[in-house]
Amino acid sequence: MANTALVAEHTARTLYDHLPLLQVLVPFCAAPLIVLLGSRRLAWPLAFVSSAIALIISVMLMMSVREGGYISYTMGGWSPPLGIEYRIDATNAYVLMLISAIGTVVLPFAYVSVKDEIRSKDHSLFYACWMLCLTGLLGMVATGDAFNVFVFLEISSLSTYVLVAQGAARDRRALTAAYDYLIMGTIGATFFVIGLGMLYMATGTLNMADLADRIADQGANRTVRSGFAFIVVGLGLKVAMFPLHLWLPKAYTFAPSAVTVFLSATATKAALYVLMRFIFSVYHPDFSFTTNALEIIFLPLAIIAMFSASFVAAFQINFKRMLAYSSIAQVGYMLLGIAILTETGLTAALLHMFNHGLAKALLFMGVGALVLRTGSAFYTQISGLGRKMPLTCGAIVVGGLSLIGVPGTAGFLSKWLLVQAALERVAENSSFLLVSIAIVLSSLLAVVYVWRVFEVLYLREPDPNSTATEAPLMMLIPMWILAGSCLWFGLSTDFLYDIANQAALGLLDGSMGMLDSNEALGVK
Amino acid sequence: MEFYTLDTMTALYCAMLLPFLAMAGNMAFSGMQNVRDTFTLLCAVLTFSCVLMILSNVGNDVTEPVSLFNVFPGVDIAFNIEPLGLLFAIIASGLWILTHIYGVGYMRGNNEKHHARFFACFCIAISSVIGIAFASNMFTLFLFYEILTVSTYPLVAHKGTPESIRGARTYLAILIGTSVALQLTAIIWTYVLTGTLDFTQGGILEGKVVGWIVPVLLGLYAFGIGKAALMPFHKWLPAAMVAPTPVSALLHAVAVVKAGVFTMLKVGIYIFGIDFLADTGASEWLMWLAAYSIIAASIIAMYQDNLKKRLAYSTISQLSYITLGMALASSMGALGGGMHIAMHAMGKITLFMCAGAIYVKFHKTEISQMTGLGRAMPITFAAFFIASLSIIGLPPLGGSWPKFLLMLGAVDTGHYIIIGVLMLSSLLNVAYLLPIVGRAFFLPIPNDIPRTYNEAPILCWLPPALTAIGCIILFFYAGTLQDFLTPIVQK
Repeated sequence: MANTALVAEHTARTLYDHLPLLQVLVPFCAAPLIVLLGSRRLAWPLAFVSSAIALIISVMLMMSVREGGYISYTMGGWSPPLGIEYRIDATNAYVLMLISAIGTVVLPFAYVSVKDEIRSKDHSLFYACWMLCLTGLLGMVATGDAFNVFVFLEISSLSTYVLVAQGAARDRRALTAAYDYLIMGTIGATFFVIGLGMLYMATGTLNMADLADRIADQGANRTVRSGFAFIVVGLGLKVAMFPLHLWLPKAYTFAPSAVTVFLSATATKAALYVLMRFIFSVYHPDFSFTTNALEIIFLPLAIIAMFSASFVAAFQINFKRMLAYSSIAQVGYMLLGIAILTETGLTAALLHMFNHGLAKALLFMGVGALVLRTGSAFYTQISGLGRKMPLTCGAIVVGGLSLIGVPGTAGFLSKWLLVQAALERVAENSSFLLVSIAIVLSSLLAVVYVWRVFEVLYLREPDPNSTATEAPLMMLIPMWILAGSCLWFGLSTDFLYDIANQAALGLLDGSMGMLDSNEALGVK
Repeated sequence: MEFYTLDTMTALYCAMLLPFLAMAGNMAFSGMQNVRDTFTLLCAVLTFSCVLMILSNVGNDVTEPVSLFNVFPGVDIAFNIEPLGLLFAIIASGLWILTHIYGVGYMRGNNEKHHARFFACFCIAISSVIGIAFASNMFTLFLFYEILTVSTYPLVAHKGTPESIRGARTYLAILIGTSVALQLTAIIWTYVLTGTLDFTQGGILEGKVVGWIVPVLLGLYAFGIGKAALMPFHKWLPAAMVAPTPVSALLHAVAVVKAGVFTMLKVGIYIFGIDFLADTGASEWLMWLAAYSIIAASIIAMYQDNLKKRLAYSTISQLSYITLGMALASSMGALGGGMHIAMHAMGKITLFMCAGAIYVKFHKTEISQMTGLGRAMPITFAAFFIASLSIIGLPPLGGSWPKFLLMLGAVDTGHYIIIGVLMLSSLLNVAYLLPIVGRAFFLPIPNDIPRTYNEAPILCWLPPALTAIGCIILFFYAGTLQDFLTPIVQK
């Protein structure tokens, strides 16, 4: 594969060359601006405009790298590996696009929901935190420097703790949820930074491309191996990989609706991207310990997550909590795609990242709208609303079908690819037949928990005293944009498929964007 | 000719989109029932004419697939026209008109609730049936297959009573469960093995698959196509009988179950290939299972007192005729199976509409309560009688031909026991269908039943009368039908 580096010199003048930096810088500047202006009325428009700019930038970046190759951007002219470098290739441009798209679509929804759920004096601070969170997520994806990943990870995490705690205005338990998340998240970040420390010890560098080179040169030794273990566990916590998921259900349940929407579709995905980057680019699947770790640890854990979390989800009586457990199960699918370790498997994981992001954001928005009108997400409170809030519930149905993976929705295609990936490996290892059976069986569990909601919404009698009316337009528009995308990407998927496939190829190559030559590792 | 191909595809898309228009109309005019129902009727007629237009353009040729979306490399959402699918589309859209008329009479006569939702879901179901009929690859077919399942769920659960919710759950659990766990696996496996999913004359698996995988794959398909109600995955069909009768009539006697056996035939003919099945003998076990299904379901039907349940078990038995036709792995068998789709549809929809008419007028659901009703409802029971004869397979009724062809197929392949099975099945059909008519006409009339003419509303008795006449007419056009279907088994 030709690695055409479109290296941006520090002398570059045009705005276009600064896109990788602006991607992170725009929301980063918006945050203090919102605080300094301190105006409740200006906070939202500023947040929305900067998110929209971030979205436009990410699309432009995507367009320039979708055919392969990468953009390298060096901070302040210090060339890597000394200086900090941002590297954009098909893989992270794809994730940047997902994060900024969801970030932008959620904001109109948040406008109404935040007004309802959060005290008005906190609004500008809330949006400032939101922007910081977006900055952190975009930054950890865009950067090509391992320590920089940690910095952005912490920026996003710290602001997330604050955002989750904002749910306290409605339910005090949000405070303990945020506290739990804080403890677990900090442990995760600490593990991650310890792992980085070990890598630095072994190689003396923090630039990810340089790290990859040097690890390949010196081969596997104990420091490098322990570093791998620490990094995987640390990121596993942020990804909510089973059994490191315990923070997630509480945090998602008690956070304000808009925050849950945003986090569910972006936070775990960004962490998952970083995990992939480390497994495939910094380390390399050719190292025996990497492959072993994937097969012995990821594969079983992913399958256990798919079943146990779905099973637990089926018994929830709170819509929001049910969706949180379903998220853990869905992360299992993505990890499974990674663990299958083929082009199809990775494509499936990346595609599922996007499709699940769409569906989950849509469903959490649906819950948010129901909460706005009824004040609660318990099944007993929302029963029979299908007739009173037809558009909201219609969107929930679309999202639910996509979550199950019914043909015609986006979720179907990623599950298809996942099964295909498993079946493709049957020829060499017949136990993958069991993996493919596990995938289809666990998606039947999704039918159970999603259908319970449908029955609650449509077949139960509504509360006669309920005065619920259709959700406001500001909520319906983002919901139906996402519902439309769920359906559209379920039919015409070649655009996304090509990008995800390109990204998967880049990751499997172990080289593109990170290493300049395949020969360094003797890759096939 | 260029003009005709274009026109055909337009007609095809129209046939799929018109039901959606009808659905939108149902939503928009949900308050004005006359406008709403007339609008739907208009759409139904237009849909049927679109399908007829395709027929007049294409005849029984097989057209090239036209792709709408590209999904993965080698997998498109694409449509083409071939005789079997065209036949299925004609039956489904044609009977939709009659069922809609009947449905309006039934829903109003019974004071059912939520008419708009009911007819809207009905429309989506019809649209997906047309999609199934014209799908040119397994992916597209599966897409519409699942849409059909999901869109009929609200219809089964329509009454909202605990019983109907339970029935709907069984319905969904079996149909989604089998299709996802087995059929989807089979489809993806086929794709991994062959790199394509297009329906191809002579099959796509030959030379790509050997040994134990062939029967296993066939098993995944056969059980995965839950809509074909092959035992032991047949329980959903009796469970679905909690739905209002128009649903049972069109969907669970024609559209849904026929979508199942249609898929079965498509898989047998265009994925495996009849010759490939015959050479490998992979379908031998399926043939015996189908034979077992035919007999067992008939025997269960005899013990059902609920009329709709009895008809449901009868359907299970009759569907296995079609599966049997595919599993015989001979061209006569496949033709017989294809023809049985049409013949059984005409007969069974009549029986269900009669059952519904009895329910609308006298609110009777059990056969034991129907003693002496023949005097009051002569037209309904006459139609029931004619349709019964067609299901049994007696001349001069349509149902006799497919049985004849199936027997020829059994002779071709040397499975003489199958002939015995088919004959025994006919006798069992006599035993569970004709006593219903006999009881209505010849047993003494109880006191609470009127002795004079007391028919259901005209909207409820006219459609079954027409389809009963259809059963007779089909007998004389069986040759045409067979010629029409012949291309599906030509090499």
